[in-house]
Amino acid sequence: MTEPPLSRLLPVDAILTTVHVSDWRSAIRTSGELLVATGVSTDDYVHQMLKAVDEYGPYIVITPGLALAHARPSPAVLRTGLSWAGLAAPVTFGHPQNDPVHLVIGLAAVDHDAHSSALSRLARMLADRGRQEKLRSAATPEQVHTLITEYEESERT
Amino acid sequence: MKILAVCGMGIGTSVILTTNISKAVHDLGLDAEIEVADIWTADGAAADADVVMTSGELAAELGDMGVPVTVIDDFLDPEEVRARLAAVTGH
Repeated sequence: MTEPPLSRLLPVDAILTTVHVSDWRSAIRTSGELLVATGVSTDDYVHQMLKAVDEYGPYIVITPGLALAHARPSPAVLRTGLSWAGLAAPVTFGHPQNDPVHLVIGLAAVDHDAHSSALSRLARMLADRGRQEKLRSAATPEQVHTLITEYEESERT
Repeated sequence: MKILAVCGMGIGTSVILTTNISKAVHDLGLDAEIEVADIWTADGAAADADVVMTSGELAAELGDMGVPVTVIDDFLDPEEVRARLAAVTGH
């Protein structure tokens, strides 16, 4: 089965670039609400994302400045998808090395495998610090989406 | 050898970490298989693993696994993953 491309798992409607949040909870909630708004998950999943951090700590801050907010596959996930919440001002998650967080990427998956090549692509795209900086400083959701689509096309060729 | 990537949920961080472990395995010329486990299944999956790779918070949660547990700070940094894997495998 062919996996949907990253640019389709993360549509323009699931991207915000300068969100004002008060703390890490509201940052995760914002990324979760984008998943709900784009039909990826129900509200329950947003609670599960918050609970995951309550239970296991801020390990979702996987690299300096970036949190990958997610929970387990569950009935609250309607389809696999991603969201992107660029924060107007960074917030701390309590991570010993990778705080403060400027960007929260929300992830919901229906199973353990279907999204893995899109997520690997996301990892390769963000591993380039220069490109990550460009994505983080993009002013509009359209700009973020265009940069992702361009990267995806460059990897394919 | 077998490398076990452990994350909390089994869908996000482990997938990203595995991307960089595969790259490191290739760069170091290791003959290794990579398996993914979440925090619930890690104990069983670690039984025949040679090394466990995970985050600092989850390493504390896992405790003594009976095999070396390597902590990765930056899951997106291929060089950190390679250096830590090289150190633990003696390559």
